[in-house]
Amino acid sequence: MAKKVIMTEADIKRTIARISHEIVERNKSTNNIILVGMRTRGVPLAKRLASNIESFEEMKIPVGILDFSLYRDDISSQDIPLVIKSTNIPSSVDGKVIVLVDDVLYTGRSARAALDAIIDLGRPLSIQLAVLVDRGHRELPIRADYVGKNIPSSKDEEIEVRLTETDEIDEVAIIPKPGREG
Amino acid sequence: MEALGQINVIDLKDDNPQPAQKIWKHKHILDLDDFTPSEIDLVMQTTDAMHEILSRPIKKVPTLRGKTVVTLFYEASTRTRSSFELAAKNLSADISNLTVSSSSVTKGESLIDTLETMEALGADIIVMRHPNSGAPNLASKHVKASIINAGDGWHAHPTQALLDMYTMLKYKNSIKNLKVTIIGDIIHSRVAHSNIWSLTKMGADVTICAPSTLLPKGMDNPQPYFPKVNVTTDINKAMKDADVVMGLRLQLERQQSGLLPSIREYARLYQITEERLSKADKDVIVMHPGPVNEDVEIASTVAHGDKSVITEQVTNGVAVRMALFYLLAGGSHNE
Repeated sequence: MAKKVIMTEADIKRTIARISHEIVERNKSTNNIILVGMRTRGVPLAKRLASNIESFEEMKIPVGILDFSLYRDDISSQDIPLVIKSTNIPSSVDGKVIVLVDDVLYTGRSARAALDAIIDLGRPLSIQLAVLVDRGHRELPIRADYVGKNIPSSKDEEIEVRLTETDEIDEVAIIPKPGREG
Repeated sequence: MEALGQINVIDLKDDNPQPAQKIWKHKHILDLDDFTPSEIDLVMQTTDAMHEILSRPIKKVPTLRGKTVVTLFYEASTRTRSSFELAAKNLSADISNLTVSSSSVTKGESLIDTLETMEALGADIIVMRHPNSGAPNLASKHVKASIINAGDGWHAHPTQALLDMYTMLKYKNSIKNLKVTIIGDIIHSRVAHSNIWSLTKMGADVTICAPSTLLPKGMDNPQPYFPKVNVTTDINKAMKDADVVMGLRLQLERQQSGLLPSIREYARLYQITEERLSKADKDVIVMHPGPVNEDVEIASTVAHGDKSVITEQVTNGVAVRMALFYLLAGGSHNE
């Protein structure tokens, strides 16, 4: 099976615009929201959401960066340690609405790690989760509050999200898992 | 939350979560002579992530739960040992401190036997300080645990050199072409030796300065086994335009062994003073591995002055040691 493009640049743009509106609608007031991008591709997505909200609400939304690698549940079963980067949240999370932003929601294990990482930083009012793609196959009782697109997929496939900030192009595609034929 | 230093430039293009495997080859940290520049970069980057944890209200992450660190110190040390201990605790590792003076070592147990016992007790990482150069190297050949050298004789103190480099990066954009002057008892200093390796690898311009009795022989000749540094006995020359000035602790017993006429004379000729510092770059930072003999190798006004980063070095030491624990124990290392 070859690569199949599921979302184009225009699709991604529309989807992010919709999620931005949903975030504002659901939270009524935007003045205590922090958008927190989960490394790597959650970060540019969080920035795009923030600039959208800024343009129609005329309100600057802080964007933070979260590296949750230190909270992963598979850290000692990794053959080798993962590269860790800095977490940088612009203000205290106490009493804030934290919207975690990631590209793909799959097993839910990254989201679990991110929840623990945020809670170690303080006591937010609430934590919400926004993802560009939900591909199913959850292994934990976790769901997203904002979903760009539901893409039912097989475990033998991979969802590849590419963004201009990291990969020169905006595109979501389904590809067969590397190393497997068919 | 405090602003992070200049090394925290966020470059998302280079930000894909990737295994460190391609870069990181170390099972033990014995010295920095066998580190590649990209390994040093990886340590610096990981240290920066750990440094952020130290600025949190709850300075603890669950990363090394279930791992055991043992410290084995054959020489007195409070600061280095506490730094390692806090680093392990911040990562949720378990730690046991073996004080050699009150252990079976006094009953005649050999180094290798002690290490094997530590390993049988379940140590994943053994942090070791020993008065004999090369002891950690010997140890690494006998145990499956990772060995971290916390100082061996006159040989090496790699974690100190890495924390020194991290501290420099917090103030300076890059180590490349940085003018670093190390002043003091170079010949007996494992801190100086490890720093020379790491700094020259990253392209710094290193000058060492001391009375000739405290300088190792042959340092001014480029040689295949040791990096090239500038050598001088003239402190004013060494200070000129320096970006970083590092003082070293003068072991007071050096006078008794006849290497110095008197401590007072040493202080008069080689002390880091405000006046001598004025010849350095205007943004110079002053470092010292501690503990400081105030008004011997460094004037107390300088040690506590606005150019001094000595207390930051201590904090950064915890972050560096966390990074090394993580890089050594954060994976199963089965290749």
